[in-house]
Order: sequence, then structure tokens, then C-alpha cells
Amino acid sequence: MQFIKPDININFVSKRNIAFFISLSMILVSIASLLIHKGPRYGIDFAGGTLIQVKFSTPTSPAKIKSGLATIDLAKSSVQQFGEASDNEYLIRTNISIMTSEGFSSKVQKALEASTGTEVEIRRVEMVGPQVGKDLREKALFAMFFALLFITIYISGRFELKWVLSGVMAGALMGAVYLLSVFHVSVPYLILAALIVTLLLFWFLELKYAMGAIVALIHDVTITVGIFSILDKEFTLPIIAALLTIIGYSLNDTIIVFDRIRENSRKYHKNPLEFIINRSVNETLSRTLLTSGTTLVVVLALFMLGGGIIHDFAFAMMIGIIVGTYSSIYVASPILLAWQGRGRKK
Amino acid sequence: MHLVLEVDTEKAVESTIERISQEMRSFLKNEHIRHVGLNRINGSRISVELQGQENIDKFQKLLDKEFKDLRILSRSTHNEILTMILDLPDKESSQIKKLATEQALETIRNRIDQFGVSEPDIRQQGEKRILVQLPGIKDTKRAKDLIGRTALLEFKLVDETHDLNSALQGNVPPGSEVLYGIKEDPETRRVIKTPYLITKRTLLTGAQLTDAKVQIDSQYNEPYVSINFDKKGGRDFERITGANVKKRLAIVLDNKVYSAPVIQEKISGGQARITGRFTTEEARDLAIALRAGALPAPVNILEERTVGPSLGTDSIRKGLISMCVGGILVILFMIVYYRGSGLIADIALLLNIILIAGGLAGFQATLTLPGIAGIILTIGMAVDANVLIFERIREEMSIGKTPRAAVDAGFDRATLTILDANVTTLIAALVLFQFGTGPVKGFAVTLSLGVLSSLFTALILSRLIFDYFLVKRKSKSLSI
Repeated sequence: MQFIKPDININFVSKRNIAFFISLSMILVSIASLLIHKGPRYGIDFAGGTLIQVKFSTPTSPAKIKSGLATIDLAKSSVQQFGEASDNEYLIRTNISIMTSEGFSSKVQKALEASTGTEVEIRRVEMVGPQVGKDLREKALFAMFFALLFITIYISGRFELKWVLSGVMAGALMGAVYLLSVFHVSVPYLILAALIVTLLLFWFLELKYAMGAIVALIHDVTITVGIFSILDKEFTLPIIAALLTIIGYSLNDTIIVFDRIRENSRKYHKNPLEFIINRSVNETLSRTLLTSGTTLVVVLALFMLGGGIIHDFAFAMMIGIIVGTYSSIYVASPILLAWQGRGRKK
Repeated sequence: MHLVLEVDTEKAVESTIERISQEMRSFLKNEHIRHVGLNRINGSRISVELQGQENIDKFQKLLDKEFKDLRILSRSTHNEILTMILDLPDKESSQIKKLATEQALETIRNRIDQFGVSEPDIRQQGEKRILVQLPGIKDTKRAKDLIGRTALLEFKLVDETHDLNSALQGNVPPGSEVLYGIKEDPETRRVIKTPYLITKRTLLTGAQLTDAKVQIDSQYNEPYVSINFDKKGGRDFERITGANVKKRLAIVLDNKVYSAPVIQEKISGGQARITGRFTTEEARDLAIALRAGALPAPVNILEERTVGPSLGTDSIRKGLISMCVGGILVILFMIVYYRGSGLIADIALLLNIILIAGGLAGFQATLTLPGIAGIILTIGMAVDANVLIFERIREEMSIGKTPRAAVDAGFDRATLTILDANVTTLIAALVLFQFGTGPVKGFAVTLSLGVLSSLFTALILSRLIFDYFLVKRKSKSLSI
């Protein structure tokens, strides 16, 4: 059985301007949404605070819950429905890191039972101190940036044999970022600046493959975070895990295509780069769609059957897989063509 | 229950400095060196003020002899008074901090062992954090109290030479402090705070305890904690009680006075009792804390997560079901799309999952949500590897090669690609492992395991199965 005929030949490269336009607008919308909401909606893992998941035996309303919370000094918390409507579960969030004192959960339980008149079950209590949240944010950003740099070295080396050049560049960047972080420069802005510098360096040092791969990754992450921001979903630790998975996945996709491009460069070296890229993408299309398809099936199962937390996580994964596949075809490969104009002018 | 604790290592240094300043005070007294002031300042520094050359010389000699470890930060003379500020050198204080965290880890582990939790997970995280995971805890408050209490037991003398009331108004004599006894009246449930003026110098600490047991007082039917000292502790106790008959000895726990009985006579045998209107549970927990030892420094709770038992089982069940459903769909699809070879890919996939599960169990890693993410990615990449190989094989066969040659060529060509993709992912996983905390680390571990095992199953295992059919069994056609 075969979905894609072996002699398929869609001209992807010619559509790259349209694709570029679509990608750019999606990224801009994402960034706009992030700016409007003043950053992603951090969960307590990153912002610190307390989270309580409660289940009621009969349906109730957020208003009743809030009045119950007010009696124990938690009037400023946010109450949100969780999971299926039939579950009668709510998430109560407050940004006070209540140093879970004497019988906190039983206090909450009693107050809620009094105000709603039904049985209350405390399913989960989580408290994260503010410092831990900040630490986590910073470490996560560092980890992702350094991973990107190492990947750059490997890709530049394997595909363009530019081991030393990329190695030196990555080393310098790592050193600079580390130094600046010691001087208490704000980490998110530092990493952002470093990313921009990195991309500029790619351009000038002509590390084409690395540029293609990294830009595709940034594209995927930005759009996923953007969609989460637009839908006002919460950004928690499992979502970071999903982002990391998406990065790994998109990278995998991109490398498969690059590998074919490299192989075809040798085979069809007389043909222009555009032709080579088109052929490579077409040849790997079957495999790309299959892998994305199978993983999507698994994630879909998680999305529909997984329950509360897994649901959001699966949602992020779904966006990531779809966008990631798209980026491997329409973003990563066409970037390799970006240097052509420059080359001819020389 | 999941807790992240932070050891207040600064306080550990402070209490060491406090101890040293107490020693210094008694040395000065014994050697008749008169001083104008001896105080602990800024948390971890000692300031000494001396007048008179004779005193200064004697003090210098004392420093050289008994306090070689201290570092002199500054000396200044003003109006004939020499002020010296001393503290601990950096090497010493970082050593103390390191030890404090290690000791805290041990102590907490001991306490939890005695509390009786099945499969607790206690480990150090970074320089001064401790991660504690206790599955199946019902009474979280009790567990937290047990883990967090400093449990520093000290025996000090009540200062009966100075006036308690003037001390309460602010005139605390040097070398003494005001401590409170806190009791809850069982009838009115009101908290009563009784002040005591206590000499700061610690005569004996809980470090010298060998045992602490809960006993019931036959007269009042109330539980109390009976403690036993070791040999040296017993001798010290005997000496202290002998030298201070008719004086009051305060039993101080975590800077709270539990009781201050009058010493009737010299007590030998190294036994004492701590009373205080406990409930049986309180007495039991106190005994555990005393037996396991005091925490060298206070611990703060940075992070706490309690997942109620019902949610836990729910999540596991739902997670497993969805993974199974997804997995079965993939398996079926592979068979339909690649027929016989699809079956081989499925076997490889199942083995992959078993390998990952085994690896996780071997590393004693907890399966978290990020971990599941890692597994999903691995499944995706494993399927991917197989698809790559099969697509190549199909290509080769369409050019006209025999099944065996096609399989060979397919594997050869695809191996390089698979290696590239997987190595890149492995690099990312290793970096994440190095820099990530907690859950990110878990994700990195599952991912690394997954990459390695999928490399194995896709490249080596599937090849073996193919070879078996094509070479040994000499099949002429390939079901792909």
C-alpha cells in the first residue's frame, strides 16, 4: 500500500515566497499576542504560587467557590473549570506561595463545603516558591540555547564540514552568554539577544544548513507559544516538555530532508540547487508524512483520552507536529537558497 | 507528596560562629582577660573590644593558641579601645555549608526511615536543596513537621542572677537571652508563653543522645520522652548537675523552653526525661526527631506538590489507556501499510518500549509527564527510522534489485541518515540533562534512553529479523 506515488514531483521551492509570507505572518501574530498579554501565561511552575485542584460531587458555580475562598483570605484567587463539564472539577490559583501551614487543605475543604453545600475532594495541591519558579525559567532558557549551539556545530560539521568554524563560533557565544549571566543581566532578554547574534553570525559565516535548521526550530516554537498565548492557555512545566519534544521532532524531520539534499547534491551536481531541493523534498515526502501521521495518531489518542493535564500537553504536541512538518518542507530547505543571490553577485 | 527543601546554610555558619563566640567568652573569663565588649554582629562575625595593652597581648596569644582558624577582618583603635572583627575564612565557611546540606540530607533520611514510608525518594539537588518524594502519605502536615523541625536539643542554665523583668524590658545582660516556653492549655486551647532568662552557653546538646523513647508517666498517665546519653554525655550530665544543684536546668528544643526543673542532686546514669503535655503522636515524633539527630540548619520549603491518591490513579489509568490505544493504532497501521515488514517494525517498536521501561526502572527514575513526552518522541522517531529503511528498500526494489540486495542497500543508505538524526537529538538530550532541573532532567533521561534503544532496535534488531528470513529461510519475495 502506498499513499505517495514514487514519481511525485510537486514544485515546493517555487511556492516558497507564499510560504515565507504565511510563516512570517503567523510569527508576527504570535509575537503580537505575546506582547499584548505581556508574555506567556506562566503557570505556577514558573511564576510561583499555589494551585489547588478540587472536585465537587454535584455541579456548582465559580461564584460560590469564590465566596468560600474569600472567607479564608483567598479572595484574590482565580477559579477555572477543569476537564469535562461532568467532572465538576475546578482549578484554584493564587500567586501567594502559601507556605502550606497548619492543615491548609482541610481549611480550604471546609470553607468550600460551607459555601457550596456539597462534598469537596481535594485532588491536588501544588505550591512553588517564587525563587524556584524564576530558577526554572532561567535554567530552561539556558539549556535550550546551549542545546541549539551544540546542534549547530554538529549540523555544520556533518553537512558542510565546517566543524572548526562552527565550533569556535559556538564556543564564543557560550562564553559570552555565560559571562553576561554572571553579571545578572536579565536572562530572557540575554538569550533573545544571543539568538539574534547567532542568526547574524550564521548569515555572515554562511553556515547554511545550521541556519535552516535553527530558523525552522525557532519558527516552530514561536508559533506554538503564540497559539497558546492567543488561546490564553497556561504555560506549565509539561508544556515545556512538549516544546522540547517538538524541537527534537522538527529537528529530526529537518535533518532527514537535509540528508537527502546532501546525497542528491552529489548525484545531481550538475543541476541547480532549486532542482536538488525539490527532488529531495519530494523523495522524502512519503516518509515525512508517514512519520508525522503515526505520531499524530498517538498524540490524538492522548488528547482525547488522556484527561486534564495530558490534554493540554497533547494539544501543544499536535500544533508542534503539524507546524514542524510544515517547517521542514517550507522553511528549512528554502533557506538554503538564500545565499544564492549573494553568491552570484560575487 | 513532593517537597523541595532548601537548607539555610548561612544559618549553619552563623551558629558555628555563635558557638565559637561562646567558647571565646568563657576562655576570656578563665584567663582573666578583661574585655569591653564581645558580640556577634552581621550574622557571622565576631567583634571584640579590648582596653589596655596587657589585655590586648593576652588576647592575641589566645587567638593564636585556641582560635587559629578565625580570620581577622579588621583592627581599629579608637579612644584607646581596640576593636577587632573576626570571622571564618571562605574555605571554612563553604566547608561548613557543604557539610550542613549533607548532614541535613542524612538526618531527613533517618527521620523518614523511622516514620515508615514505603519507597521514599530523598536526594540532594544542587548545592543546598533537597528533594523529597513520599508516595502514599495521608497526613501531610505531620510529615512536613517531622521533616522540617530543626530538633536542636540544648541544655542550658536558667540565669537566676539577673532580673527577668528588666530583661523583658530590653536590658538583656550579655551572655544571656530571653527564651519562651510555649504551651497549649488543653482545656482552653489557648497558647501560653512563659518567658525565661537563659544563659546562652550550651552545656550539653542532643548530639550526645543515644536513644529517645516514649514512656507513659504512671502518675499522670501522660506520655513523655525519656532520653539516654552516651558515655561522655552521661559524664558531662553528671558533672553539670553536680555543679549546679538547686539551680534550674532548662531543656531547650529549637529555642523553645520545654521545661526548667530544679536540679535536686547530681544525676548519674545519663538519663533524663522531657515532659511537656504531649499527645502520644507528638511524643513519638519528638522521639524520632531526637533519635535521628538535629538538623544542622533550618530548612525552608521551596516547593510542595501533593497529588491526592484518587487523582494519581486516575492519571495513571488515563495515561496508560491513551498510550495503549495510540500504540495499537500505530501497530495496525504499520502492518497495513508495510505488510510483513510492518510486523517486523512493530516487534522492534514493542521491544523498544520494553527497553526504555527497563532502563527507567534500572535508573530508578520516576515517570513524570515530561518523561511520557520523551517516550512519545522516541516512539515517533523509532517508527521514523523503520519507515526510512522501508522506503529505501521499496525504492531499491523498484529499480529492480532482488529482495536481499534491496534490504542490504536500504539499510546501508538509511543508516547514515538515521544516525545523523538520532545523534543530533542525543546531543540535545545530553545538554538538557546537564542544565535542566528535575522534570527537564527526567525528559532528557527518557529521551536519551529512547534514542539509544531505537538505534539498536531499528538498525540491529530489524536487520537480524530480515536476514533470518532472507538468508536462512531463503525467501524469494519480500512482503513490504
